[in-house]
Amino acid sequence: MTIVQVFFLLVAAVTLFAGVMAVSTRRIMHAALWLILTLFGVAVSFAILESAFFAVVQVVVYIGAIAILLVFAIMLTRQVMVDTGPQLNRGWWIPALLVAGLYAALVGVLSTWSSFQALPAALPAEASDLGRFGLALVDANAYVIPFEVASVLLLGALVGSIFVATDRKG
Amino acid sequence: MIPLSWYLIFAAALFCTGLFGVLARKNAIAILIGIELMLNSVNINLLAFWRYLYAPDLSALTFVAIVLVAAAAETAVGLALIISVYRRRSTVVVDDISLMKG
Amino acid sequence: MNTQTLLWLIPLPPLLAFALIILVTNRWKALSHSLAIGAAVLSWLASMVVFFSVVRVEGLSENPIVSSIPWMPTGADSWFRIGVTLDPLSAVTLFFVAWTVLTIFIYSVGYHNFGQPRGDHDVPGLPPEGATVKGKGAHRVPSVEPMYSRFFAFISLFAFAMYTLVVSDNLLTLYIGWEIMGLCSYLLIGFWYARKTARDAAVKAFLTTRVGDVFMLLGLVGLYKATGTLNYHAIFGNEELLHTLGTTASGVLGLSQAGLYGLLLFIGTVGKSAQFPLHVWLPDAMEGPTPVSAMIHAATMVSAGVYLSIRIFPLVSQSETALLVMSIIGAFTALFAATIAGAQNDIKRVLAYSTISQLGYMIAALGVGAYVAAAFHLVTHAFFKALLFLGSGSVIHGMEHGVLHTNEHLDPQDMWNMGGLRKKMPLTFWTFLIGGFALSGFPLVTAGFWSKDEILSGAFAGGHWVVFGTLALAALLTAFYTMRQITLTFLGQPRTKAAAHAHETPATMTLPLVVLAFFAVTAGWVGIPTYFPGIGGLINPWFEEFVGSMLPAHGEAAEAGHSLIPLATSLVVALGGLYLGWLAYSKVQAGQQDPIARAVPGVHRLLQNKYYIDELYQKIFVQPARWISETFSYRIVDRTIIDGVLHGIGRGGLGLGRFVRNQIDMPVWNRFLEWLSARIPALGRSLRPLQSGRVQQYMILAITVAVLVGVLFYYFFVLA
Repeated sequence: MTIVQVFFLLVAAVTLFAGVMAVSTRRIMHAALWLILTLFGVAVSFAILESAFFAVVQVVVYIGAIAILLVFAIMLTRQVMVDTGPQLNRGWWIPALLVAGLYAALVGVLSTWSSFQALPAALPAEASDLGRFGLALVDANAYVIPFEVASVLLLGALVGSIFVATDRKG
Repeated sequence: MIPLSWYLIFAAALFCTGLFGVLARKNAIAILIGIELMLNSVNINLLAFWRYLYAPDLSALTFVAIVLVAAAAETAVGLALIISVYRRRSTVVVDDISLMKG
Repeated sequence: MNTQTLLWLIPLPPLLAFALIILVTNRWKALSHSLAIGAAVLSWLASMVVFFSVVRVEGLSENPIVSSIPWMPTGADSWFRIGVTLDPLSAVTLFFVAWTVLTIFIYSVGYHNFGQPRGDHDVPGLPPEGATVKGKGAHRVPSVEPMYSRFFAFISLFAFAMYTLVVSDNLLTLYIGWEIMGLCSYLLIGFWYARKTARDAAVKAFLTTRVGDVFMLLGLVGLYKATGTLNYHAIFGNEELLHTLGTTASGVLGLSQAGLYGLLLFIGTVGKSAQFPLHVWLPDAMEGPTPVSAMIHAATMVSAGVYLSIRIFPLVSQSETALLVMSIIGAFTALFAATIAGAQNDIKRVLAYSTISQLGYMIAALGVGAYVAAAFHLVTHAFFKALLFLGSGSVIHGMEHGVLHTNEHLDPQDMWNMGGLRKKMPLTFWTFLIGGFALSGFPLVTAGFWSKDEILSGAFAGGHWVVFGTLALAALLTAFYTMRQITLTFLGQPRTKAAAHAHETPATMTLPLVVLAFFAVTAGWVGIPTYFPGIGGLINPWFEEFVGSMLPAHGEAAEAGHSLIPLATSLVVALGGLYLGWLAYSKVQAGQQDPIARAVPGVHRLLQNKYYIDELYQKIFVQPARWISETFSYRIVDRTIIDGVLHGIGRGGLGLGRFVRNQIDMPVWNRFLEWLSARIPALGRSLRPLQSGRVQQYMILAITVAVLVGVLFYYFFVLA
């Protein structure tokens, strides 16, 4: 085992543990904090994949914005947060079985795939050229349409969430 | 050198964890947390495939960016819905929100 | 800006004004008329610049100013081109159109009582009836037109169409302008649409001109098919092509192609310029406001018909038959309308028939080959007839003022109610006098004399004795009825109280009169023939050279005759007619009968009823058409045959429906469906617990199914 492999296993273990805690802990605020740890672990795995840009974006967008938004929402709905009772539905074992089956199926199917054990080649220099990616996003022959659709989606979400969350009684 | 399989297994595990959260948790915010986990596992997959199989191509990266945007939009709308429901019905437990019951 | 660009731009301002007034400014009267007049001024300015830039150009007719764009694809690489052109004919037409349009626009402001209070009971669709001014000494004053902006929008659209027609370089865009003018004519005759007479007149005008337009369209199509182009210079400037057309038989009535298409196009003129037998719409068109009568039905639109005839003259002149038809129709119309005009009492109707008569003059002039004379008379007539119409509008306006003052119930347009207006409305009187003298051809000073003289000498020189005699007689009658009109309206003593209280109209109305009066005198001076004794040659006969150069065979007609007989004739008929008119009508007192009616009552009645042509058309066209639509189409075809078939189909369908219902539907289908409908709620009840309203349950189910399907798919399709 190389150091990188050990490091990856360590990161994966921490991330998965934090993920499990995030979906199972009783206090919702703790769940949010576990989520942040999970997201951080994911960011580290992005870094191991030599995608520094998305690692940074992961930290900035997910941890910096989305997770904080969640924390705010939790604090806003604090009054009814029943932290004392069970936080899982009564029949929680059904989804547990389901996801276990799904996991087995996924891994089973994937293991038959020819590229399952593929090893990374050396990353070409242009792959980590961020400017190229940025230009492609605004190039009419490349990804400008998805890029614009994404902007419209964000705008729509912005307007929609303001509309939905506005208190019309007041 | 880490084989691709490690990433895939890791991502699948994270996805299943998130899915469990979505299916089993009572609290709507916790469900959102589960969704975030699932989206993250998708991103790990996308980046892993890019790194191992399609390296200089930019499609995968665009997908990752779009998933990030979609996640942000989904969280914003989802939380807005939760806050709106909370204002009207003073609850964030999804089982209590069953107006569509047959 | 070069001349081509300017030519393209000439029709544009009125169109913009139309759109703006209709869409934006129709609530603000002052803004609307400012827009319309501003647009008219712009077009006028451009027209003048264009006119004076070409007026001294030698050989303009051989090398006219042209500019065109490909417009409609007519094949792989060929295009139908449209464009603008400026040759001598369109230049002079542009000149008089620009002047008359501008003056009439300004006149309309005063005519529609701008600046006066709103009427007491005025409603859109009726002429304003006057408003009461409150306060000390309450009295009634004219009130402003309720649909003021609408009027300016329509006349702007009209001006656009007229300019388009004049500057266009092909018959198709001419036709487009022609038809837009037809629409505007309809809209403006029916401007006071709440009056039944106005509505009927509008419909009549539209349908009657439509008859001519259909033939004209046929002519256009035929001409295009024969030549592959509608461009003026490609057809009328191409002698070889004209010759071919003139010698190829068309197979219709023994006419050559040139004759056939020329006559078809000429029928368009007959409709638009109100020539016999399609003249009936023009007198009724006087239901519209007076500026409309002046602009559409005297100066511009009816002139457009003659303009077209002058345009197609090179084509028509290839066929003797066509020329003969033109001269017969023209001369007959000239005489026929002049006789009617002598017996009308409505001041505007006299002018309407006079217009028909004068247009007949031009057509007859073309028929005898006096091309330049026709164009010359077109220009002079436009000025003095617009002047006369606006003058009559001014008279009517003054009379309405008197009627409001005295509260009498009388027709302000009936000349027998007037008299003595000379002192009340001096400016109107003097300008009307100038216009009337120009119309009668008062020697030497007026424009009408020179142009009429030229037509008469053209007919004389060509040896067309019948035409010459007819036109001379018509000229005599013209002078007679003009004097009758002037005498009845302005001279003598007032015959009613209203006439005694009539009142000069505002400056916006009199100023255009003065401008037009100026042209009614001076427009003739550009065409004084050189052989005229005394003053001939003092002023260069510029018009003759300028417009005459349009004809390929230029020079022959001008050389032909220098006889003084036509000159003497026109002197005699003009002065004689005027004297006779004065003699007969200067002694008329209030309540007296028309002297002609006293002398020859039968003839007078015949003339007053316009030879009963309207009644005749009513009998032979309108009533049969009504009979066909009511009895034949409605009762027989519609009710009996078509309805019968439809009812039969309906009954058959009903029978079939009953059979299907009683034999198939009720026993078989219904029972099955009843059984089914009983089962479905039961099924629903059994499925109901699934619908818990819990999203997570739904999702568990959905994902379970998705996973199972995925596994099965993988197992059966991928592994296998």
